[in-house]
Amino acid sequence: MRTRSWGFVAVGLLAALLLAGVVSNYASSHPDGLDSSLLKGCTVNADDEITGGSCPAQQAREHELADSPLADYGIKGVDSDFLSTGLSGVVGVLLTFAVGGGAFWLLRRRSPVAAGTGPTTGDEPGTDADRPAVDAGRGPTG
Amino acid sequence: MQTLAMHISNGIINGPVAAVFGALALAALAFCVLRARADLDDRLAPMAGLVAAFIFAVQMLNFPIFTAGVSGHLLGGALAALLVGPWVGALCVAVVLVVQALVFGDGGVAMLGLNITNMALLGTAAAYLLIALLLRVLPRTRAGLAVTAFVSALVSVVVASQGFVLQYALGGTTDLGGNLAGLAGTMAVVHLLIGIGEGLITATTVLTVAKVRPDLVYALRSRRAVAPAVAVPVAGGVR
Repeated sequence: MRTRSWGFVAVGLLAALLLAGVVSNYASSHPDGLDSSLLKGCTVNADDEITGGSCPAQQAREHELADSPLADYGIKGVDSDFLSTGLSGVVGVLLTFAVGGGAFWLLRRRSPVAAGTGPTTGDEPGTDADRPAVDAGRGPTG
Repeated sequence: MQTLAMHISNGIINGPVAAVFGALALAALAFCVLRARADLDDRLAPMAGLVAAFIFAVQMLNFPIFTAGVSGHLLGGALAALLVGPWVGALCVAVVLVVQALVFGDGGVAMLGLNITNMALLGTAAAYLLIALLLRVLPRTRAGLAVTAFVSALVSVVVASQGFVLQYALGGTTDLGGNLAGLAGTMAVVHLLIGIGEGLITATTVLTVAKVRPDLVYALRSRRAVAPAVAVPVAGGVR
């Protein structure tokens, strides 16, 4: 069961890598719901750059880490847009899985089996013990 | 090259308000960690890592909405809540937002508390409340699960968008001349449309997982827990 869970995670990760590594190149490049709402009042050109008017988006300042090698979902120094976006997506998926999965793995409850309660795992004695008791009780009445 | 920012950028909300929401988000996430520990076991931990990675991937996939020149993308709160539960789910979305802010230059680092509050906390909370309600009242079929996923995802996106409007009312850096309702309306309408996309993606993903590995869908766990309880009165009735 446990290995099958890891199998599912591996397949899911592969799907995420495909989406972030390949499909991401076909994503819409228009501003998203938040950005477009903040652009209201301004006029923009074909590249969605502000050309005039007044709107909240004009107050936007540079990101603290705008010079990060992976800033804006691209890899600095990679000329091909397709490769740059795709590779940054692959790195992002693996990094998110490593950071998130690692943190969750450290946070998880350790199973009591490891504490040395003995080889009795899985089967709960309670359920098996109850069943004969019910049958026994039924026997005389039935 | 056009910057591909998807979350609140620096300068949009003033520093003090951003700092207050940073503290709020930190406290709320700490509470989530405490509650998440009860859910996290050897099986859920890797699944939660996968959910975070999957949300990162799908957030890159901006889809066009009916309004020309505007796109939308998954926020992921409902998807996370359905697959790994509300506490772990909120943490999954927060992990994605932290990675995006610190590595991909998306969403100001100073704005992280605001973005986490809207998408990881408000979005996931709204989604989970609806999930808990809808799974109780809707038929226990694939259609019921699909409707639950679609509706909770759609509503969670609109709620998250209004979280931003509240933050903008408190610390927006542009004087809207009293036209906050205009921003609220624009955000709501756009995110209602984005919510349809979010709903479709969430329902498709959850139905797929439910078909392959129903035991890995957190929201379906309570159903199995309920089943024996239902069987008991039946056994008593036979007597």
